[in-house]
Formats: sequence, structure tokens, C-alpha cells
Amino acid sequence: MADAEATTSQSLATDIRSEVKKPKKKKVLLMGKSGSGKSSMRSIIFSNYIARDTRRLGATIDIDLSHVKFLGNLTLNLWDCGGQEAFTENYLSQQRVHVFSNVGVLIYVFDIESRDVDRDMATYVSIISAMMQYSPTAKVYVLIHKMDLITMNAREAVFVDRVRLVQQKTAEFTHAAGITTEVDLIPFATSIWDQSLYKAWASIIHDLVPNLSVIESQLGALGTIIEAEEMLLFERTSFLVVSSWTSEEGQNNPTGDRQERMSNIMKHFKQSISRYTGTPRNTEQFVLMEHKAGVRFSMFVCKFTTNTYLMVVLPPGEARFNSARFNCQIARESFKFLDGPAAGPRT
Amino acid sequence: MTSRLGGRDAHLGRDDEQSGQAGGSAPTPAQINLTRLFEQDQRKQQKNAAAKAPENAPDGTAKGKPRLLLMESTARIQKDSLPSFMDFQVWDFPGQIDIFENPTFDIDAMFGEIGALIWVIDAQDDYMEAVARLNVTILNLQRSYPFIKIEVFIHKVDGLSDDYKLDIQRDITIRIQDELSDHGFENAPVTFHLTSIYNHSIFEAFSKVIQKLIPRLGILEAMLTNLCRTCRFEKAYLFDVTSKIYIATDSSPADMTSYEICSDYIDVIIDVTEVYGSWSRSDKYREGLEGPPWSQRLEDQAASNWAESSMVLSNEDRPIILREVDKYLALVAIMKEKSYDKMPLVNLNVEVVVQGLKEFFDITKPK
Repeated sequence: MADAEATTSQSLATDIRSEVKKPKKKKVLLMGKSGSGKSSMRSIIFSNYIARDTRRLGATIDIDLSHVKFLGNLTLNLWDCGGQEAFTENYLSQQRVHVFSNVGVLIYVFDIESRDVDRDMATYVSIISAMMQYSPTAKVYVLIHKMDLITMNAREAVFVDRVRLVQQKTAEFTHAAGITTEVDLIPFATSIWDQSLYKAWASIIHDLVPNLSVIESQLGALGTIIEAEEMLLFERTSFLVVSSWTSEEGQNNPTGDRQERMSNIMKHFKQSISRYTGTPRNTEQFVLMEHKAGVRFSMFVCKFTTNTYLMVVLPPGEARFNSARFNCQIARESFKFLDGPAAGPRT
Repeated sequence: MTSRLGGRDAHLGRDDEQSGQAGGSAPTPAQINLTRLFEQDQRKQQKNAAAKAPENAPDGTAKGKPRLLLMESTARIQKDSLPSFMDFQVWDFPGQIDIFENPTFDIDAMFGEIGALIWVIDAQDDYMEAVARLNVTILNLQRSYPFIKIEVFIHKVDGLSDDYKLDIQRDITIRIQDELSDHGFENAPVTFHLTSIYNHSIFEAFSKVIQKLIPRLGILEAMLTNLCRTCRFEKAYLFDVTSKIYIATDSSPADMTSYEICSDYIDVIIDVTEVYGSWSRSDKYREGLEGPPWSQRLEDQAASNWAESSMVLSNEDRPIILREVDKYLALVAIMKEKSYDKMPLVNLNVEVVVQGLKEFFDITKPK
């Protein structure tokens, strides 16, 4: 529909519009060996599965195409590529152009428990070579997955070790192929059983969201006015953090992974509510949650724009809390642009 | 232990542990040492998991994943005291030891002060031997300690169909009751619960057991029922925050879904508080906050020293409120449609009830 609209009014299209339209075409490839957990993580992030439900998922056959709506105006063209060898060979030969052209992001998932690391690396390198051929500008995320299977104190070391191996293989390949541009790998250690998955995906999404700097500066302005300690802007269905702002004092908070923790907590609670109300998991579940923890802090999470929730952490104080809530309501207007470009030209 | 919901005399910007005179204003836990929970069962039967599930649940890192399956089997008697609104001890018993046969056990010291005995039976296994041993135990106990409540957890029922669950329960009930009446015990206090660690049934069952051990439970329930009537609440629970056991509820019929949502809500609040409420802000920051335009101490700016929370669902149906009672207990209630607008009034009423609850625990505390 948006495409049709664009062609009819092409002559009128402003710079802003074409800029917003661009990200729509981005193709996100999700690849990795069979059974490494690609479909599981996709279901958790975008289809509101809980971790233990992913046991029900079967193997992905060929490519599972999905258009994930994110923040209303951004459609992720997510290609979940089944990882069995026969399929992978097919991607690399017959479907090579089809699969690897016009890729915005490649997410490559490694199973940390894999027994045949050498073969994994070989497959990975051939995929990277196809990528460099057809979409050399694509971003590459490397997720070292199923980290929960490694004992807590060994995790960091195992992760660093594996990442070094991947980087080394990538460098060997680029060197041999005579490619001068460095492949920019962004590694994450993930597990579907804790918040690490949200950290990786929030970062992936972060790069795809248009107008990000506008969102950030507006969030900061709002935060300063209401004396907030921290503000997190969540996307409505996935509860990934789209943008955040932290006050100077708030940065002293010793919990470093609090953004993804909040995503995880809120998402799980959303599922509890869906069980309670009997509504489908993907629908919106609550409009407001407030918590005043005595003289420690207060916070609220509210429905913000159509596609977002806003979480605000404040110092204690009844008056401060109430005025912050009103101010956030007023600020909604200035964030309306989040709800899609369609709203932009009309107003 | 400080409050997990964020209230109590914890000062922003200061170390909250330094308020060492906790005995002063805050109610100390009632010392009910006489009430001991006691467990005994067949070895491999996950009773550990059953006991640990209520304790370990608020584990923010492993949401939804029961991490209990890796536990070793119990090799000796473990005594765990749960720091809670009343101090109860959980004695975890290895299933393979027969305490009545073994003369090294001081039966009287063991059972003399016990309130309830929880016997866990594996529903997915052949339970004949377990039932037979339970019978022996009950008969032994009935002779000398008839006041001990015997709670049978028919455990691991998650994989079984509803019909089959009830069949098992009926079968076990009949076997035990027959045996008892054969020996002339007609009204022995034996209760049966179907439990699983994969849903909230284990918490429900533990709640029921604990409730039997609370003195004057009726008064607590009456207070909550009263609150529900005045504020038009649908349901109110008094929760033990750490274990997610509810120690009292109002008289309207309890259903699993309302318990689940309330207990999950507590989890969310605990998790959020852990992230944002557990670190001290700098003094300078605090001074800034207390300066103009507010010009008031933070303590005076906040409406309450105790955690207060509420949540509104999308369809504005049944908001949920939470109010911290003391450092162990929280009142969680489900309100009726669209009553969120009346929050200030509701808060006032809740405040009165919370004061009443505190007085109640002061009075019932053994001297």
C-alpha cells in the first residue's frame, strides 16, 4: 500500500519522505547452522513466545519470510533461513543473487555447543563471501548463542575466544579475496533464557530505526524537564528498547544491563497478563503501571504513542510524580512522528 | 534484610542497612518457632524442588525456566529457616531413611514442635511403596502427636491428563483413609494437594499449608473481606513477598488466575526495585532534589514510606494495586472495573487496613 502511494505521488515526494522510505526495503538475514536457535529467538522477540514454548518449534524449511512491523513505519524484512546443509548449499548456489542481494543486516548465529566448529566456520566464511559479493555494505552481527549452557564463570572467556576465532576466519577470507574494506563484525553473547537476547536485538534494531537522533534529543529534553533519572522508550510488541535517556546521576546505577532487563521483565509480565485476561499475546496488555518505592524512587510505565511505551524512573516525591505523568502526556504530541510517515505529511 | 519492594526506612542517598534499630518502629517478625514444617518422602521425588520453588522464584535472570532439576538428592536432614513474617523452619528429609526404625533419631524432639508434615508423592512413578510408608508414618504420628497436620502433595502432575490426576488423587486418598479407619482413626487431619513446579499449584499448596499454621487466620480473612466490600475489590491477597505464598485472602472463592497475576506482579515490582532501588544516590543529587522548587525533604515529598504500586490494563478492566505492609508482607488486590479514578479513596482505605494488619501481627506475636 505504501509503495502504491509512493509511486503516485512520486513527484511530490519530499526529501524527508524518501529518507523514511529507504529503511523499509532493508533485508535482514538470519542465518546459522541448523538447530542453532534462529527461529527460537525470532519467535521470542517478535512473536511473544516465552523461552520454554520454543521447544514446540520445528525445523525451518528453506526460507521463512516474515515482515515484522516495528514502530509502525519500519517494516523489517526478516529472512529466517533454515540452516540444514542442503538449504545452505542452495542459498549459496541457485538462490545466491536472490538471497544475498540488497541485504541490510546479516545476523549469523553460532551454537556455542557445536561439535564441529571447523565446519561451522567454513559455512560461515562461504556465506560471508556471498555477502561481500552482493551486499558489501551490510552490517554483520555475530551472535554466539546458547551461552546458558556454559558455566557462569567461564562464559566471558569462551565468548571472547569464539569471537576471536570468527574474526580471524573473517580476516583470513578478506585477505585472501583481496578485499580492502574491513568487515565490521558486531558480536554478542546470547541466550534465550536471560536478557542477553534483548541486548543483541535492541542493538540490531537501533541501527535500523530512522530519525533516531531526533527521538533521542526529544527524550533528553523531556527527561530534564521532569527531573527523571532514566527514561526508556519501548517498542509496543517486542518491548525492545528503541531509545533511552539517562540523567547524570542515573548513570551511576551499578546495574549495567538494566535496559534489556526491563525489556525481559516487561515482556514476561505482558505474557502473564495475557494469561490472566485471556487476550492474545500480541495485543496490547496494559496502559499504565506505576510504582512508588517509598523514599527510594518512583517509576511508571505508560502507553505513549500508538507504537511505543515509555518508562520513566524518577526520584521520590508525590508532586514530582504526578507532574511528570502529565508532562509525559503532553509530550506525546511531539513524539507522534514515531507512528509512521503517513502521519507526517498530513499534519 | 531490607524490603524488596522499596519501602521501609531506606533513605535515598544513604545506606539503608544503617537503620539498625529495626525493632523500633518496624514490626519484627513474629517468632513462631513452634511451627515447623516438616518434610519426608521417597528419595528421588523432587521434594527439594518443591520446597525450593517458592523460595527461589524471584530469580530475575532465569525467567520461566525452572532451574530446580539439577538439584542433588537430599542425603541428610536439612533444616532451613525461612526469614519471613513468621519464622518457620523447613526440615528437608531424605526419603531413604526410615526414622521410626532407626533408634538414633529422637522422635520427640523431631515431632514434638511440628506444625505440619508435608509428604511428597511422585505421581508419575509407582506410588504404592510411598503410600505404604506414608501410612506407617501417619499411624505412628497419630498415636503420639494427633495435632500434626499431614499434607500430602501428589507431585509432578504436570504431564498427566485431568482425569488421570483425579483418579490418582482418589486412589491415594482411599488407600490412606482405609488404612486409617482400619486402625480406628476416623478424622485424622490429612489433606491432599495436586502440585507441579511448572505452574503455580505448588505455591497454592504451600499457601494452604502455611495458612493452617497461622493463629487466628479468621480475623485476617475478615479484615480482607471487609476491605474488599468497602473498596469494591474483586479479590485481595496478603502475600509473603519472598516466597510468593499468600497467607490470607478474602472470603470470595480463590481462583488460580487471580493468584497468578498477583504473584507475577510482585515479581515485576521486585525486579524493577532491584535495578532502580538498590543503589544509593549521591548526597549532592539529593540536595538538588530537596532544593527549590520543591524545598522539602525527600521524606516529606513522598506520600508514603512504603511501596505503593498499581497497574491498569488496556481495557481498563480490573486494575491491580499493591501495597507493602511490612518488610515481608504485601497486600495485593484486584479492583473492579474503572475504579482507578477512585484511587485516592482506595489508598486511604488500604492504609487503614494495613495499620490494622500490623496491629494484628503485633498482638498475635508470641511473647
